[in-house]
Amino acid sequence: MSTVNVKINNIPVEVEEGTTILTAAQQVGVKIPTLCYHPDLPAWAACGICVVKIEGSPKMMRACATPVVEGMSVITHDSEIVKVRRTVIELILSTHPNDCLECPRNQNCELQRLAAEFGIREMPYEDRLRDLPVDESTPSIVLNPEKCVLCGRCANVCQVMQDVWALEFIGRGDDVRIAPAGDINLEDSPCIKCGQCSAHCPVGAIYEQDDTAKVWEALRDPDMHCAVQIAPAVRVALGEAFGMDPGSIVTGKIYTALRRLGFDSVFDTNFSADLTIMEEGTEFIERFVNGNGDLPLITSCCPSWVDYMEKYYDDMIPSFSTAKSPQMMMAAMMKTYYANKIGIDPCSMFSVSVMPCTSKKYEITRCEAMYSSGCQDIDVSVTTRELARMIKQAGIDFENLPEEEADNPLGIYTGGGTIFGATGGVMEAALRTAYHLVTGEELGNVNLIDVRGLDGIKEASVDIKGTEVRVAVAHSISNVTKVLDKVREARLKGQEPPYHFIEVMACRGGCIGGGGQPYGATDELRNKRIAGIYQDDERSEFRCSHQNPAIIELYNDFLEKPLSHVSHKYLHTKYTPRPIYTK
Amino acid sequence: MAVREVDIDFSQDLLDYIEVWKEKPGNLIMMLHRIQEEFGYIPREAAIKLTHLTGVPLAKVYGVVTFYHFFKLEKPGKHKIQVCMGTACYLKGGEDLIQELENLLGIGVNQTTEDEEFSVEAVRCVGCCGLAPVIVVDGEVYGKLKKDQLPEILAKHRGE
Repeated sequence: MSTVNVKINNIPVEVEEGTTILTAAQQVGVKIPTLCYHPDLPAWAACGICVVKIEGSPKMMRACATPVVEGMSVITHDSEIVKVRRTVIELILSTHPNDCLECPRNQNCELQRLAAEFGIREMPYEDRLRDLPVDESTPSIVLNPEKCVLCGRCANVCQVMQDVWALEFIGRGDDVRIAPAGDINLEDSPCIKCGQCSAHCPVGAIYEQDDTAKVWEALRDPDMHCAVQIAPAVRVALGEAFGMDPGSIVTGKIYTALRRLGFDSVFDTNFSADLTIMEEGTEFIERFVNGNGDLPLITSCCPSWVDYMEKYYDDMIPSFSTAKSPQMMMAAMMKTYYANKIGIDPCSMFSVSVMPCTSKKYEITRCEAMYSSGCQDIDVSVTTRELARMIKQAGIDFENLPEEEADNPLGIYTGGGTIFGATGGVMEAALRTAYHLVTGEELGNVNLIDVRGLDGIKEASVDIKGTEVRVAVAHSISNVTKVLDKVREARLKGQEPPYHFIEVMACRGGCIGGGGQPYGATDELRNKRIAGIYQDDERSEFRCSHQNPAIIELYNDFLEKPLSHVSHKYLHTKYTPRPIYTK
Repeated sequence: MAVREVDIDFSQDLLDYIEVWKEKPGNLIMMLHRIQEEFGYIPREAAIKLTHLTGVPLAKVYGVVTFYHFFKLEKPGKHKIQVCMGTACYLKGGEDLIQELENLLGIGVNQTTEDEEFSVEAVRCVGCCGLAPVIVVDGEVYGKLKKDQLPEILAKHRGE
């Protein structure tokens, strides 16, 4: 690619053609302030905080949306530019409630940070606050349009990255707000609860439902047995909330912290990820080798994806794996197998999950199968961000905690379970085990590099003793629809399906990029979390789910074999078409 | 797309028009114009039907409909009252007329009475500033208006 030479504040720099002023400035250590811009999204140029001067141009330009050209000379900071930026911030603040102390984004807000950096000490403009209702209709996220700065990130994420189109700018001028189409709330919109809007919102206008109070209450109840599980992706992200490097593996510290919070049993969702592989892998063999059921088989661990499929691709329900997600499998085993083992009534067990995900809050009550133990299998699901707050409230010095082990038997896991946290991981783990289930042998090299990484759609072909298995991995719903449309097209033409097995995750990067993870995800950060996941895989004693001794014991003692009658009762679910805009 | 099925009939003309326009750039506004022409406003069922016919997400349809004042989401009344809020009428008390209409009819701007007789809208200059303040009812202009004349005007049109 050809390069161009430009000057930023008289510092010469050579950058690739098409680079924006914003990025070119970063390369010479100049930080231009931004608010609406996010590297995941096309530049929207909504806020005007990133304005700069270009030599020879009569007006200031927005650095986020202006590409550099050969010979361009840019001034990023002078008194006039700073004054304009300051005015923009002051105008935004005049429409923004200043109740920072009670705001969920307190100390984690991009507007608050800008106000601090610019040293705003007084409000020169009269308040123009808007009285708009808060939308708390979904169990996952809250939309508070009063706090919205109209940056457009949430609508862009919802439309461009996720292809969901739940949110849009509604109205015009002073009346414009972010909302679903018509006088309906989010629950009645196509929203799939992925929470990417909340992860991208720069302020407190969209955030996760906070369920920590329910957890505290249960922890204080001496008659309640509190059990907890942590998802694969939490272990490589929670550290960020305590100033640790992204991708740091903090599994042992999390176990310790959970015990110090007062949990009686500490388990790991990686265990039930292994269990998912046993069920889903066997389901794949059943369909692929024995011809019982639809191909391609499509993974079902991601509740936002399940919700999307039920809303937009209900014709593909027969292709869906009936296996529950690892979260729900773990909960079912906690309140049956484990409760029975320690001799307690499942309904006196309070089961909590810590997930990178806002949608998991929705999943815990999404259908009857989520009550397989006779009571609600999971009582509360909290996000990584909520757990970070709980740890801080409890005065736990997280970074310096000793590392403990999870409890037996639902805390033992293999590398196959841990890689569920990254895009491609479920596929890789499934293939490691499917190879064994078909051939009775172990795969020589378990690293299936082709399905790893941040490419939106990854295709691979795996040879199982002379039989070709064609697989696809897609993440971010906008990529998923491309893969599914290909399958639909082949089906309509009566052709063989283009793939035998498809893994889908709603969020970019998979669960490590989930909507409930610590703020600030970009591809650079996602890659660090992914590296942490594969590092955890590589250092595991067992790399394949079927080798997990606790899983083998579970089948021997309780479940009999994958897809048995007992498995079906506790580990499988059903799907229902859910037409959208019924209101 | 699994947007729910709706029960609303479009005329053959409208269907043909959508067929011609659905692939062209800038089509959404054109199609919405024709829908409003047919129904007098954009019924939700019609907006949903449009998403079925074109694949355009409903959120985008609403983004456009709510951006342009021209489009209406509420069914207009049998009699349309337009209150001029151009500069002259505004200064001469256009707002008082809106307030009085609200007292008399119980509806604000862009609303329709329950009996579907009247709807009220605020419009830009209607071009006869010498007569300010002005209202237009069903195309008939009433100028130099005082609010105590409004009951009589309403009664006259209600009877029509």
